[in-house]
Amino acid sequence: MSLISLGPLDLALAAALVLLLAVLSWRLRLGVERRMLIAAARSTVQLVLLGLVLKVLFETTHPALIALLAFVMLSVAGLEVMARQKRRYRGPWGYGIGALSMFLSSFSVTVVALTVIIRVEPWYQPQYLIPLLGMLLGNTMNGIAIALDGLTRQAHDARERIEARLLLGATWGEAIGDIRRDALRSGLIPIVNAMSTAGIVSLPGMMTGQILAGSPPMEAAKYQLLIMFLITAGTGLGSVAAVWIGSRRLFDERARLRLDRLAPGRR
Amino acid sequence: MSALRIRALHTALLAAVDLDIEAGELVFLSGPSGAGKSLLLRAIADLDPNSGEVWCGDIARSSVPAPVWRRRVGLLPAESGWWDERVGGHLLAAVERGGDLEPLLTRLGFGPEVLEWEIRRLSTGERQRLALARLLLHQPEVLLLDEATANLDPDNRGRVEAVIADYRAEQAAAVLWVSHDPEQRRRMNGRRLMIQDGNLQPEAGADIVGAPQP
Repeated sequence: MSLISLGPLDLALAAALVLLLAVLSWRLRLGVERRMLIAAARSTVQLVLLGLVLKVLFETTHPALIALLAFVMLSVAGLEVMARQKRRYRGPWGYGIGALSMFLSSFSVTVVALTVIIRVEPWYQPQYLIPLLGMLLGNTMNGIAIALDGLTRQAHDARERIEARLLLGATWGEAIGDIRRDALRSGLIPIVNAMSTAGIVSLPGMMTGQILAGSPPMEAAKYQLLIMFLITAGTGLGSVAAVWIGSRRLFDERARLRLDRLAPGRR
Repeated sequence: MSALRIRALHTALLAAVDLDIEAGELVFLSGPSGAGKSLLLRAIADLDPNSGEVWCGDIARSSVPAPVWRRRVGLLPAESGWWDERVGGHLLAAVERGGDLEPLLTRLGFGPEVLEWEIRRLSTGERQRLALARLLLHQPEVLLLDEATANLDPDNRGRVEAVIADYRAEQAAAVLWVSHDPEQRRRMNGRRLMIQDGNLQPEAGADIVGAPQP
């Protein structure tokens, strides 16, 4: 097997399908056609740019450039987590909680994978670092966004319930414990589901890509497994960190529930 | 047991509040809605940001962690929250710490089967009485009551008033009670204050009773 290179016409055909769907959305008045086309255009520009950047990066292997790209990826993921919150934390916390927990989980898991498991020399070699980090950030981003959103939404709706426990002398951790567990669970469920259906219902994207690009299926399966385990660990660590910092921030030093630290709901 | 002393307590709506309630004394608080009565109680329990100092007996609020303070100074809000599906889940934890459950439930008009009841099927009045039971089982030294009988029929109002009066007498608890019911404020033996223009003052037409009532 060898790699069949895609030409602009091939991609244009696939894009025509999206265009068709947009027309359908317009006819059925679903109202998502605008957002869909913008998203399609965004992904086109972003992926072409990434391809160009990686091409340069693979040729130079300059640590500062790699660090810069990793930093940009993390910053954008932080913005994305913030954008998905119905009730954000006010001030720098709104951005910081998501970005910090992603940094803690994705970067540490990526570095462990590169140094201990794959043993790349040097460990920051971009062919391995950037795709791994990208997969991890993309998935931990989902888990953290869902977990944080669940935490703040539920805390907001359950004010009386939380305060009832505080009034009877509970610590802040006891008062929000069940909500915290619930938020964590909802953040972890997508990746657990993805693991249990992988290979039967869905062929994971990375494995598909590797097979299409000509790798032996067994090698593709092994890499997919590795990535999936790493993603699960990263999502778990990241969600735990985000929910812990987030729930701590909902209370002040006198264990008062401070919903005023959340901005009003949007959407 | 313990008196409540409040010095220069600042909340959003009230000027600095100074108030002394002796151990075993009952103080009623009234005033137009929105005057800040509930917020004052929440501030005393340290549930909202506030400044000033409060003592329960000789323990200063700032010298103990907030959960310890709230166990001593128990607030019954106008609407209580419930975290378990059934009544029992809220009461049994307190019983394990030595509260005496059944006599209290009987006095409030419930049989032992109430522990199996679902919270969402309770009426507002039932919730109010059960929230009082839940609070008293924790044996606070000071009671802050926010319209504790607002949704009760006369029979149950009488039950709640009796339970609170006895708790105050037996435990020598200081009680600060926000009540909109002028009859109740006259009927129960207590000092009567009202909030006017952000200040705490004796209720117009009430006898000024300074001494603690046994």
